[in-house]
Amino acid sequence: MKIESIKDLEAISQEFKKKLYYPEAIKVNIGMASCGIAAGAQASFEKAIKEFPGDNGIKIHQSGCIGFCEAEPLVEILGTGKPRVLYKNITEDKILDAIEDYIEGNFKKKWILGQMRDPRSLLEDDIQNPVADIAPLEKIPFLEDIPFYHKQVKIALRNCGYIDPDSIEEYISKKGYFAFIKALNDIEPKEIIRMVKESGLRGRGGGGFSAGKKWETCARNEGDKYIICNADEGDPGAYMDRSILEGDPHTVLEGMLIAALAIGSSQGFIYVRNEYPLAVKRLVTAIKAAEKYGLVGDNIAGSGFSFNIKISTGAGAFVCGESTALMASLEGNVGRPRAKYVHTVEKGFRQSPSNLNNVESYANVPVILLKGAKSYTEMGTEHSKGTKVFSLVGKIKNTGLVEVPMGISLRDIVFDIGGGVPRKKKFKAVQTGGPSGGCIPEKYLDLGVDFDELTKVGSMMGSGGMIVMDQDTCMVDVARYFLDFLKEESCGQCNPCREGIKRMLEILTDICEGNGKDGDIELLEELGAMVQKFSLCGLGTSAPNPVLTTILYFRDEYEAHIKDKKCKAGVCKNLFYYEIDEEACNGCTLCAKKCPQDAITGEKKEPHKLDNEKCIKCGICYDVCKFDAILIK
Amino acid sequence: MSEVARVETTQSIEIEIDYMELDNIIEEDFNNDKENLIMIIQAIQRRYNYLPRPALAYLSTKIGVPFSKIYGIATFYSTLSLEPRGRNIISICLGTACHVRGGERVHERLVDSLSIKGGETTEDKRFTLETVRCIGCCSLGPVVKINEDVHGHISSDQVDKILDQYK
Repeated sequence: MKIESIKDLEAISQEFKKKLYYPEAIKVNIGMASCGIAAGAQASFEKAIKEFPGDNGIKIHQSGCIGFCEAEPLVEILGTGKPRVLYKNITEDKILDAIEDYIEGNFKKKWILGQMRDPRSLLEDDIQNPVADIAPLEKIPFLEDIPFYHKQVKIALRNCGYIDPDSIEEYISKKGYFAFIKALNDIEPKEIIRMVKESGLRGRGGGGFSAGKKWETCARNEGDKYIICNADEGDPGAYMDRSILEGDPHTVLEGMLIAALAIGSSQGFIYVRNEYPLAVKRLVTAIKAAEKYGLVGDNIAGSGFSFNIKISTGAGAFVCGESTALMASLEGNVGRPRAKYVHTVEKGFRQSPSNLNNVESYANVPVILLKGAKSYTEMGTEHSKGTKVFSLVGKIKNTGLVEVPMGISLRDIVFDIGGGVPRKKKFKAVQTGGPSGGCIPEKYLDLGVDFDELTKVGSMMGSGGMIVMDQDTCMVDVARYFLDFLKEESCGQCNPCREGIKRMLEILTDICEGNGKDGDIELLEELGAMVQKFSLCGLGTSAPNPVLTTILYFRDEYEAHIKDKKCKAGVCKNLFYYEIDEEACNGCTLCAKKCPQDAITGEKKEPHKLDNEKCIKCGICYDVCKFDAILIK
Repeated sequence: MSEVARVETTQSIEIEIDYMELDNIIEEDFNNDKENLIMIIQAIQRRYNYLPRPALAYLSTKIGVPFSKIYGIATFYSTLSLEPRGRNIISICLGTACHVRGGERVHERLVDSLSIKGGETTEDKRFTLETVRCIGCCSLGPVVKINEDVHGHISSDQVDKILDQYK
């Protein structure tokens, strides 16, 4: 069947909405994004499907990631007239018991993350909440009320975890492709651009450039035009694009289709990172399904508008996230950026006008078209509208993906949503913006997060990774870590980046190894300013940010490394040693058993001793001690 | 100098290249299209587990791209390897989240246990150790991926036990 009108979409939507919200059998949705699979969801899925092949009133399905990665594998179970319950940490050994728990109606509290108050997305306000009439379970919190979800507003992630990513029909029943068909039949390209411009949507990949303006300029230029989706999510610690591609690939296709319509393009490309094989698989399935329904291909819905999408995979180069490098790589070349005297919207891929946005940006577009630009601008700050997805990782209790309105404070994200730092350790900093960003100290925790505020404190939004660091993280080592990353990833064509980063890394390595000298900090600042000013592309101009912000906010740590030869966080091996606190040690012998060097000795129930001659500072004792008896000196 | 030496090692290894199969990859899977060069090279690596020089030389003449350019691509992108790799590929994640959770210590332990550095292969061809920057499983950090298996929440004392699972 080919879809030609909203009516056709409505028909599919009606049929599948029933299956989605009022299934005949008990429906078990297992979260099967890469993060879930890594935590054991694949094994759970296989075990469940073997036990319930589908003919005994229980149906096993897959879904994407619902964001709370810490509690994965996550399994949602629902049935008509019954509550929708999200079970947590459902590994292979627990899956059958969880299903039984649901059928029996026991609802064991410690297995459950929460019950769902409303499974609809923000596009479905025209239908009744399918669980509205169901009596809530006692003593089980609503998912929407638990701190992790309470402040979230889901636009880009609206379907992730709620639908089967391999089912285009489920996407359609969540109002998918409605925006595109509406735009195709009823909205002039100029009007689409006006709406995106008015929504204030800024590029979610890090640059933060107005998407509407970009579309407008690209549309104005002559020639074959290309729509490119940047899915080369290279910032370590950021994985929202992967989650969207794996959990809701059609929203990206729909966003690209709308862009193609507005700009006047008939060919799209998705450049996906090599490390995301599952995302590629889901995208291929999605494109094939969309082609089957005539939503992608030639003469879509009989309108004369054609759009084809090709997937290209990267081969492991961080710099290919930069637009000109990405386009070079798409052409089959080495991914080296070029100077942008001429913008890619004028001359990009194949020397033609090319519009490049990232995954999350495209995922926002269908919502802007259906809900209107004005409703989108109601969220966020003056110059940063809508929501942003952050991946909250590192030393944080609730690791996961969160989508929050722009302007929310860092404190809300880290402490309310994220639950703060685990193991009673002290918060030290939050790193945003990946290797191009900076480390933000405690004193700025009340900062409202948006594009401009983060830039003001020396960091940047980037693609939305937030890495939380605690007292055990050495800030000098973090700066060294990022430069080591960037040295590897610098494409090497311009001197300031190639040589500057290398020299800065040498100085930082010296400092971390205990060979720091007076004047090193100043030299780093000077070199940093040079690299920032004179590098060719974004990789170089932002490379010194992690160094400069850590110097700005944690200069005392640098000085302790250089002058006192001390690393208080216990990371830089030459600059600390471990000692056992005889008062705190109760002689549980755990550290002695785990020590690979047999450097710890002592009698049971007596304070132990650590031989620093033998110790290789591997840190195992520090990690395993439950009584904080291993001290960093 | 080391780059040149690498090619020579590659050259000295005898490997049978199935040129018919190579033709299929280049022509049928990728339309003989220069724009697909990187993906063709990836397909060759999937087939041989590394990039044999004769296969790249054949690709060069077949598709009409200078060998030097193919060599440039093969050395620029980090997932491409000109050297034969081991039966098991260990990818230790050194993304920021894994780094702050102690990934470096796990890395050190791997280097120690296998006596190879990142990018190298053990003499018995059992393991190749590669470093990756974030595979997006940050909640499980520190993470080690061996072939397709992701091992999460690894501490350095578990490394040897995990390696034992792979022959």
